[in-house]
Amino acid sequence: MAWGKRKDLLGIEDLSRDEMESILDTAESFKEVSLREIKKVPTLRGTTIVNLFLEPSTRTRTSFELAGKRLSADVINVSAASSSLLKGESLKDMAWNIEAMNTDILVVRHSAAGAAQFLSRVLGCSVINGGDGAHEHPTQALLDLFSIRERKKQIEGLTVTIIGDIAHSRVALSNILALQKMGAHVRIAGPATMIPLGVASLGVEVTYDMDAAIEGADVIMMLRIQKERQGGHLFPSIREYATHFGLNQRRLRGAKKDLLIMHPGPINRGVEISPEVADGPYSIILDQVTNGVAVRMAILFLYSGAAQ
Amino acid sequence: MGELVQELADRIVADNPDLSEVTLVGIRSRGSHLARRIAERILKSVGQTVSVGILDITLYRDDLRARIDQPELVRTEIPGPVEGRNIILVDDVLFTGRTIRAALDGIMDLGRARKIQLAVLVDRGHRELPIRANYTGKYIRTTLDQTVRVRFAEEGDEDGVLVREIRTP
Amino acid sequence: MSRIIKGGRVIDPANGIDRVCDLEIDKGRIVRTGRGLSGERVVDANGLWVLPGLIDMHVHLREPGYEYKETIETGSRAAAAGGFTAVACMANTDPVNDNGSVTDFIVSQARRYAAVRIYPIGAMTEGLKGEQLAEIGEMKTRGVVALSDDGTTAMNAEVMRRGMEYARTFGLPVIAHCDDLNLSRKGVVHEGAASMRLGLPGIPDAAEACIVARDILLAELTGAALHVAHVSSRRSVELIRGAKERGVAVTAEVTPHHLTLTDAALLEYEYDTNLKVNPPLRTEADRQSLIQGLCDGTLDAVASDHAPHNIAEKEVEFEKAAFGMIGLETSLSLLLRLVHAGTLTPAQLVQVMAVAPSRILGVPGGTLGKGADADVALVDPERVFSVDAETLLSRSRNTPFGGWELKGKAVCTLHRGKTVYADREWKKQHKVSS
Repeated sequence: MAWGKRKDLLGIEDLSRDEMESILDTAESFKEVSLREIKKVPTLRGTTIVNLFLEPSTRTRTSFELAGKRLSADVINVSAASSSLLKGESLKDMAWNIEAMNTDILVVRHSAAGAAQFLSRVLGCSVINGGDGAHEHPTQALLDLFSIRERKKQIEGLTVTIIGDIAHSRVALSNILALQKMGAHVRIAGPATMIPLGVASLGVEVTYDMDAAIEGADVIMMLRIQKERQGGHLFPSIREYATHFGLNQRRLRGAKKDLLIMHPGPINRGVEISPEVADGPYSIILDQVTNGVAVRMAILFLYSGAAQ
Repeated sequence: MGELVQELADRIVADNPDLSEVTLVGIRSRGSHLARRIAERILKSVGQTVSVGILDITLYRDDLRARIDQPELVRTEIPGPVEGRNIILVDDVLFTGRTIRAALDGIMDLGRARKIQLAVLVDRGHRELPIRANYTGKYIRTTLDQTVRVRFAEEGDEDGVLVREIRTP
Repeated sequence: MSRIIKGGRVIDPANGIDRVCDLEIDKGRIVRTGRGLSGERVVDANGLWVLPGLIDMHVHLREPGYEYKETIETGSRAAAAGGFTAVACMANTDPVNDNGSVTDFIVSQARRYAAVRIYPIGAMTEGLKGEQLAEIGEMKTRGVVALSDDGTTAMNAEVMRRGMEYARTFGLPVIAHCDDLNLSRKGVVHEGAASMRLGLPGIPDAAEACIVARDILLAELTGAALHVAHVSSRRSVELIRGAKERGVAVTAEVTPHHLTLTDAALLEYEYDTNLKVNPPLRTEADRQSLIQGLCDGTLDAVASDHAPHNIAEKEVEFEKAAFGMIGLETSLSLLLRLVHAGTLTPAQLVQVMAVAPSRILGVPGGTLGKGADADVALVDPERVFSVDAETLLSRSRNTPFGGWELKGKAVCTLHRGKTVYADREWKKQHKVSS
């Protein structure tokens, strides 16, 4: 399928299954580029990409930066610490200034949900959502789809369990939407404090029991537990969380033999996932990182044509 | 068309004594049909298998930014390393030379070939870059108001070369 | 020099009147209603509704302190344009209206600049902090008509109890903004399917209902007159209905936006910060329950919670944006949607927008009875117009209804017999002399 004329990638919400498949297919070509000795093509020569990361992130920012550079684009990183937001400039003014430098693609990571939508309304350049609050993280979901498809050939019909703080996770929401559009059965698990109130409207299976969560799952995605939340009202302690909702070897006894275990990173070893599972045979956590670059190359490539 | 392909195959055999060093690299998508056919002819005439690869030049085009719809990207598939090989790029029509320029960049990013040559079925003239084919099936004199299209049975058409006037509004 | 408003449909439920007739005004007062009246000046009200001036018992006029958002003058002009002849303004100004001198200031600004009546509402606690009672007696003597810590909730139930008792002493109603601050925490929208889709922190309906329940019990305990501000959820409606059945002295209001919109609009308008209000827009089930509550009298009044904000406070990330929308100039038209739909009768509309607010606050108005001040709204119920945020008279533009096509609006507003607003188009057609 030929790519349409989308300007912005704000969320999985807006994408059709065909569009997602088109991104994944394109990413396969870029994965081939990533495996070459010279991992660079001149495709986006002369294109300016600004990575506006207003929330700490090493992984996603590096991945976008590498993706842009492998396409020969000029990539500039603006981080929270170096930004003038600290000096009281509004996000809108800041974005206008960035666009005034003839930016073609703006990748934005922000702690406020809707920040990418907000910028797409005020800017003419392409806006790629690199994660907005607890809303969406579409490129993560696409790289997860890519990694699953690479191993399982197709996503339709798979049972995928997502375990952790679903209510506060943009990775979870984007993945739920993406997996459902691709025809997978989605199951979510965690303590009830981490399951959103409105979950019924999503049509996912909910369980609070880890054995039920693992049983029959083709893929398990673990979410990162934010240690800062310890002692808040979501869970009493890291120890208790790890005991009841952490993934370890013992729990996997009833798992499918060809199970895939995923994690968006960074991992809290011994909290949501034990080291032997993270490094074990089911884990494709490092594939996710490698594939992240290819998928983001595909996204930059496909969205670069639409900038005004 | 069969005769033209045979002629290309014969000249490639004549010019390249060590066919085991040769990789025919077809440029997506019609160049790859042609590359496969040339390899078949060589196998028939001299009993030697020549390796065939496919190159997608989308990422190397110089007109990407001017387009609104991004073209569909397909994988580049070249068997074995490019390093030290005798690469023969294969395309159906040689026109401005820009496609070949992109293909040269693409091949060079894959490794340092010992030699790169070019084989085309039709040369229609109007070059915009200093590029010339080593093997040409046929020269066709055209104007800029014409299009030249090579049809392949592989794409569900009847084999043939079609020259058409572009209808100007 | 008497003035006759001729041939309009006079709707005056306080006096049991709903018929086409004339209204005579002289020296700022209503003289009489009747047929075939004549006077020196005649206003043709054929096809119009003639209503007692509307009263909005819950607005934020931002003066003193936030004059860049609104002033008593601009807010009162917006009110007049919406058919209102009186508004009650909340105490969350800077400084807070928690003492007699701020009340004095508001009253004197109003006397000088306001187009309509301004009734100040005093803070119940000092600085709206929910800790210490404000000087309620003092404020009462300077003119406050009610008490409220609107914008926040006194989370200490004992403070609320004492506030109610003390208010009762002075015969003032307590207007409660019901929001359990621990439950609503960082929430910015209703907690449910939409908040989850948008990834925005949610405010559960229980955050409102918990405090509604508490305050009803405290009203029962203290015998104070409790008025629940901007009811937004079905649970709250049910609690208030139950309390009224028990005979508790509780009244309640609902805003036009909670009657019109739901949290689904947030998905449709993609993070439009003009939809960020407190309490938040809730679900369709809640909205239906609010409409039902308004029709059956559980909810006594409609109030706009007119909350002006500068564009700089709204054109930011949703979570950072200020809560609130303006409403004075769209309130009546939005309520007329319910009338046109046959859900509410015109007399009920007057009841909830004029009669009930005057009774709850204990202020004059809500009547076209003989001798009353001539506070009158002429309304063209059929007039179709498109809301243009840029031409509103409020100093702020934060309405989500810009571009909405609405049917019915005030075309002329009289305050003490004086024209304080006349619709331009209507004026052209009628060549009104004033």
